Amino acid sequence: MVSMAEHTPAPGRAGGGRLAWAFVERQTNLWKRYWAWELVWLMYGVVNTLAITFIAKQVGNEGAASSINVSKLILFLLIGTLVWAYLSAVLDDISLVVTWERWEGTIEHTLMAPVPRALHLIGMSVFGVLHAVVRTLLIFAIAIPFFSIDFGGANWLTAAVVLAVGSLSIAGLAILAGVLPLLYPERGAQMSFMVQALVLLVSGVYYQVSVLPGWLQVFSYVSPATYILDGIRGGIIDGKSVTDTWRTLAALGVFGTVLIPLGIVTFMAAEQWAKRTGKLKRQG
Amino acid sequence: MMDELPLTAAGVAKTFGGGFDYGRLLPWGRNGRAAEGPRRVVDDVSFEIRRREIFGVIGANGSGKSTLIRIISTLLLPDAGEVRIFGLDVVRDTMRVRALINRVSADPSFFRNMNALENLLFFGKVYGLSGRDVRERSPRILARLGLDWEQALEPMSHLSRGQQQKVAVARALLTSPVLMLLDEPTTGLDPRSKRDVQSFVREVREEHDATILLTTHDMEEAELLCDRIAFLSGGRIVAEGTPVELRRMVAAGRPLDEITMETVFMELTGRSVEEDEEPQEVLAHG
Ligand SMILES: Nc1ncnc2c1ncn2[C@@H]1O[C@H](COP(=O)(O)OP(=O)(O)OP(=O)(O)O)[C@@H](O)[C@H]1O
Ligand SMILES: [Mg+2]
Repeated sequence: MVSMAEHTPAPGRAGGGRLAWAFVERQTNLWKRYWAWELVWLMYGVVNTLAITFIAKQVGNEGAASSINVSKLILFLLIGTLVWAYLSAVLDDISLVVTWERWEGTIEHTLMAPVPRALHLIGMSVFGVLHAVVRTLLIFAIAIPFFSIDFGGANWLTAAVVLAVGSLSIAGLAILAGVLPLLYPERGAQMSFMVQALVLLVSGVYYQVSVLPGWLQVFSYVSPATYILDGIRGGIIDGKSVTDTWRTLAALGVFGTVLIPLGIVTFMAAEQWAKRTGKLKRQG
Repeated sequence: MMDELPLTAAGVAKTFGGGFDYGRLLPWGRNGRAAEGPRRVVDDVSFEIRRREIFGVIGANGSGKSTLIRIISTLLLPDAGEVRIFGLDVVRDTMRVRALINRVSADPSFFRNMNALENLLFFGKVYGLSGRDVRERSPRILARLGLDWEQALEPMSHLSRGQQQKVAVARALLTSPVLMLLDEPTTGLDPRSKRDVQSFVREVREEHDATILLTTHDMEEAELLCDRIAFLSGGRIVAEGTPVELRRMVAAGRPLDEITMETVFMELTGRSVEEDEEPQEVLAHG
C-alpha cells in the first residue's frame, strides 16, 4: 500500500511545464487511439489540396492565363489549401477543449484538477500546433509530386517564422471559439465551427482579399489568418526575407499578444459562469 | 492548517434555473419546453466533518447530494454560505482546495478509448504526480481493489461498469487526497466488488489518514461504513448523527435493534429510498 510518507499532497512539486505537458501527452494518446480518423483527415486534406490546385491547371489549359501566371496561381492555391489545412487543424483541436471532454464525460474531473486554466489551455494549444504541423507536412509531401513546382525563389525561413508567430494568434482565436461550448452546452460546438467558416471566407485562403465586397474586407483586417497567408505567400512566391516581412510579423505579434490572454481570461470567466449556472455538466 | 477541520459547511445554498432562456427567442423555442423556474436544490446546509471520519450523506434521488458534492469539489459555486476544506474557502482558495481533494462520481467518466493506465497517468499528472509515481502506485491500488493489471492495459470501454468504477476509485486515491468525496462509489457493483470497495474505503481511512464524505443509496453500506450520517431531503439536512443516534430518533419506544436504517430513512425523509424528490420551486425569494 501507499505509505504515509507518500501521502503528502503532491501539487506544488510539479513545474508548470509538466502540468501543461500532461495535456499534450493525453491528446497524443487519444490521437493514437483515433488513428483511423487521422487517416480520414489526412486523406481529406490531400484530396482537398489536389482538387483546389487542379483548378489552376484548368485555368492554364483554357488559355485564360500565361504559363507564368498559371505557375503562380498553382503556388497561390497550394499555399492557400495547405495553410488552411494547418489553421483549421489548430482551430479544431483547441476549440474542442470543452466539447470533447463533455462527450467523453471527463470534463468535471479535468476541470477540478489543480492545474491553472492557463496551463491547461497552453498544453492543448501546444498539442494542436504539433498535430497540425505533422498533418500539414504529410499533406504537403503527398500532394507535391502532382505538380511541377519550382520552389527556387522560395524563402522557407520567412514562411516558417510567419507560421510560428501566426500560430500564437490562431491559438488565441481557437481558445475564444472554444469558450462557446462552455456557454452553450447544446449548440456551442456548432457555433465554434461557424467561427472557423467565417475565418475561411474573409482571410483570402483561395483568392486575394481584394476580390471581396468592401464590407467583408473589413473583417479581413481583423482575421490573423489574412496576415499569415500574406506573409507565407510573400516568402514562398516572392522570396521575401524575414526583415521584408516585418510589418506582417508585427501585426501577428500584436494579434498573438492580445488574443492569447484574451482567450484565457474569457475562458476563465465563462468557466465561472458555468459553475454558477450549473452548465458544466448536469448528471449523476 | 492541519488543526482545521477537514470540512465545514455553513448555510450552503444553491438554486438552479430562473435565468432567461435565450433559446426561447427562436421561433421554434417558444412552443418547446416551458422555461424552468428557479429551484432550490441545496438549502441552508450546515455540517462539519472531523478528521478521519467517514461521513455519509443520504437522501432520495434528486435530494441534492451530488450538487452538494459538486459545490465542495469546486465545480459549482454556492449562491450562499461557505464551505471550507482545512480552513480554505472553496470559492476563494480554489486551487489549494483542489490539491487536497479528489472525487469519485456516480458515473466513472474516463477517456474511453485510452486504457486505465493512460487515464491514471493523465489524471495523476495533472495533480503533480510524475509518471513514475503513477506507475508505481497504480498496480498496488488496483490489485487491492481486485482488478488485474492486464485489465489496466485494455481500453476503458472494454471494461465493465464495475471495473471502471474501481479504476475511478483508484484514480481518486492515487493523488492522496486528504478529503475524498465519494458520490455513490458502489452503485452498479456486484456484491463482491461492493465488498472490495467498501473495505478499501475503510482501509484508506485507517492507513492514509484520509477523511471521507460518502453518498449512497445502500442503507446497509451507510451503516457499515459511516461514523455519522446526514439525511438530506429537498436540499435540507433533516437529521444528523451516528447510526445509533439516528435510530434512537425514530425509535419511539421500539427496541433499537428492530429499527433498520431503511426505517430511519423512511421516517426522516417521509419517502422511500428509491422515490424521487420534487425540488420545490422558489418564488421571488423563499
Ligand atoms: N446543473 C444543473 N442544472 C439544473 N438543475 C440541476 C443541475 N444539477 C442538478 N440539478 C437538479 O437538482 C436536483 C438535485 O440533483 P442532484 O444530482 O444533486 O441529486 P442527487 O441527490 O445526487 O440525486 P441522485 O440520488 O439521483 O444522484 C435535481 O432535481 C436535478 O435535476
Ligand atoms: Mg447524485
